[in-house]
Amino acid sequence: MSELDNSGLIRLSAAQLAAKLAAREVTSVEVTQAYLDRIAEVDGQVNAFLHVNGEEALAVAAEVDAIRAAGGAEAEALHELAGVPIAVKDLIVTIGQPTTAGSKILEGWHSPYDATVIKKLRAAKMPILGKTNLDEFAMGSSTEHSAYGPTRNPWDLDRIPGGSGGGSAAAVAAFEAPLALGTDTGGSIRQPGAVTGTVGMKPTYGAVSRYGAIAMASSLDQIGPVSRTVLDSALLQEVIGGHDPFDSTSLTDSFDNLVAAAKTGNVEGVKIGIIKELHGEGYQAGVENRFNESLELLKEAGAEIVEVSCPNFKYALGAYYLIMPSEVSSNLAKFDGVRYGLRVLPKDGPMTIERVMAATRAAGFGDEVKRRIILGTYALSAGYYDAYYGSAQKVRTLIQRDFDAAFAQADVLISPTAPTTAFKLGEKLDDPLAMYLNDVATIPANMAGVPGLSLPGGLADEDGLPVGIQLLAPAREDARLYRVGAVLESLLEAKWGGPLLDRAPSLQAALDSSSTTAGGSN
Amino acid sequence: MAAINRDDVAHLARLAHIEMSPEELDRMAGELAVIVDSVKSVSEAAGADVPATSHPIPLSNVFREDVVGHTFAAEQALSGAPDSFEGRFKVPAILDEE
Repeated sequence: MSELDNSGLIRLSAAQLAAKLAAREVTSVEVTQAYLDRIAEVDGQVNAFLHVNGEEALAVAAEVDAIRAAGGAEAEALHELAGVPIAVKDLIVTIGQPTTAGSKILEGWHSPYDATVIKKLRAAKMPILGKTNLDEFAMGSSTEHSAYGPTRNPWDLDRIPGGSGGGSAAAVAAFEAPLALGTDTGGSIRQPGAVTGTVGMKPTYGAVSRYGAIAMASSLDQIGPVSRTVLDSALLQEVIGGHDPFDSTSLTDSFDNLVAAAKTGNVEGVKIGIIKELHGEGYQAGVENRFNESLELLKEAGAEIVEVSCPNFKYALGAYYLIMPSEVSSNLAKFDGVRYGLRVLPKDGPMTIERVMAATRAAGFGDEVKRRIILGTYALSAGYYDAYYGSAQKVRTLIQRDFDAAFAQADVLISPTAPTTAFKLGEKLDDPLAMYLNDVATIPANMAGVPGLSLPGGLADEDGLPVGIQLLAPAREDARLYRVGAVLESLLEAKWGGPLLDRAPSLQAALDSSSTTAGGSN
Repeated sequence: MAAINRDDVAHLARLAHIEMSPEELDRMAGELAVIVDSVKSVSEAAGADVPATSHPIPLSNVFREDVVGHTFAAEQALSGAPDSFEGRFKVPAILDEE
C-alpha cells in the first residue's frame, strides 16, 4: 500500500499496526523509527517528551522483528502488541531512563527498578519511545506546572493540552506515539484526552498495579491507557492490568474481557444515565451541544437514555481538595534530600538535617506542590482533622452512595469530561481555584474508585476545539465502558467521515502561522 | 471554621520542612485562604451518622507469599543518593550543635 510512507504509518491505530506487524507488511523497526522521526520533527513545538529513548526502543523493535522473521513457536508466542511502540508518563519509574515526575527535585534521577506496568510492557516487547511531560508530581490540569516547561496542545500551540498527563495526550494526538500510559488521580488521564481529541481511560481502582508510579494521593491514584481509539485502550489495559502482589490495593478480579467488549458493536437495551449535576450551568455551550449530539446518536442506536441525580457531587471538588492534599503531604515527605534526588544546603546558619531538608524542598518543589503540601498539612493538623479530613471522608461515602443509586437505574453514566475546551496557556495559572474547576466532572470517579473513559465527542462550535465525552461504570465493570465507548466512537466517526484527529491542523501549518504572527505586526 | 493566616502558613511550612521567603508566605496565605474558604462546605455536607470512607474499594488482610524476593544491593539503593559513605546514606548532623 503506497500510503504507508512514514506519515501514513504513524496515523494507524495500535490495532492496525499490530495487524500489519503480524502480517509482516511492516517491521517494528520501521514503525518505531517513523515515530522517532516524528518526535524529532514536531516535539520542539509540542514538548510532549522529557526524554526520548530511541536506542532502547529500536533494539526492542529489532528483537521483535528478528523473532517474527525466524517464525516458529517464539513468533507464535509474541504478544499481539509486540513491536507497537508506546510512550510513558514520567511519573512511572523505568530502568535505563531518567524519571523526574516533572520536578526539579528528581532531576537526573534514575530508578533502580521498573514499575510493574513497565515490566508488563517489556514482557509484551513493546518499544518504549520515552517519558512524557506532566504537571509536577501530577499536580495540575494544564501541564504548566511542569518544571521543564509546558506541553502545548497540538490543536492550537497557544493552548494547554490538559493535565496532569498533557504530555501523554499531546504525544498521542500529535502522532508522536500510538499509545501512552497515564495516571489519573482526579482526571489526569481523562481531561487531557478530552482537550486533545484522544481517548483516555481510568480503570477501576486496583485494576492496574500502581507499583512504581510515584504516589500522589494513594487512595485515588490509578494508572491507565491513553490512545487514539477505544479499542486501542482496551488492548493496552489488558497488557498492563492484572493482580500484583507488590500493590496491596491491587484487585484479584480478572479484566480479560475488555477487547471483546470493545468489539461488541451494539448498545441496544443498554441504559445510559445522564448525570443531572454534571452538565448545564457552568459548561461551555459548545461542550453541551456535542454532549447532546452524542446522546442522540446513542438513543438512535437503541440505548435507553435516563436521567439520574447525584446530589452530593457538588461536594466532590471540595472533598477532593482536602483528601488529595492530605495524602500528598504524607507521600511527598520522602523527598528529603537524603535518599534520592536533589540536596540543597542552607546559605548560612547551622547545617542540621532539618535545615537541609527545608532548603532542599524549597528549591526542589514548585509553587503548586508547595501549596498542596501546606494545604494537606493544614487539613491533617490537630483541631482541624475532624472538620476537614474527617468530613471529606464522609463526603466520599455520600458520593459512593450517589453512584450506587445511579447505577441501580443505569448501566453506565454519561457526562462531558471537562466543562470547557482547552484554554490558553497562562490563562488560569494565577488562579488555583479556576484551575481546580477543570476536574469537576472527573473527580467523582476517583473518589468512588469507579472506572471512567473519555473519548472525543467532536469540536465545539465557538472555538473549533475538541470536546470530551465521559462514560462511567460501576467498579469492576470496565468492560461496559469499552463496549459503549467503541459504539459511540464508530457512530461519531461515521458522522464525521473519519477520526476526529484527521481534522486537527497539521503541526507544520500551525508552526508556519505562529511564526507569521510572531514576525508580523500582531 | 477559622480562616488561615500568614502565621499559620509559616507554622505549617515549618512542619512540612519547606523554607519560605516572606513574599512566598504572603502570597501562599492569600491563595490558601481562598481555597480553604471554598472547601468549607464539606464540613456541613455530612452528618455524624455518615461513616467515613478511606479507600474506595475496601480490601482487608492483604498478604503475599512469604518468600524471599528481589532485594537491592547497597550500591543500587545508594545509586540516587545525593551523598553516601561506605555503603550508607550520608546525612548532615541530626542534632543541633547546642
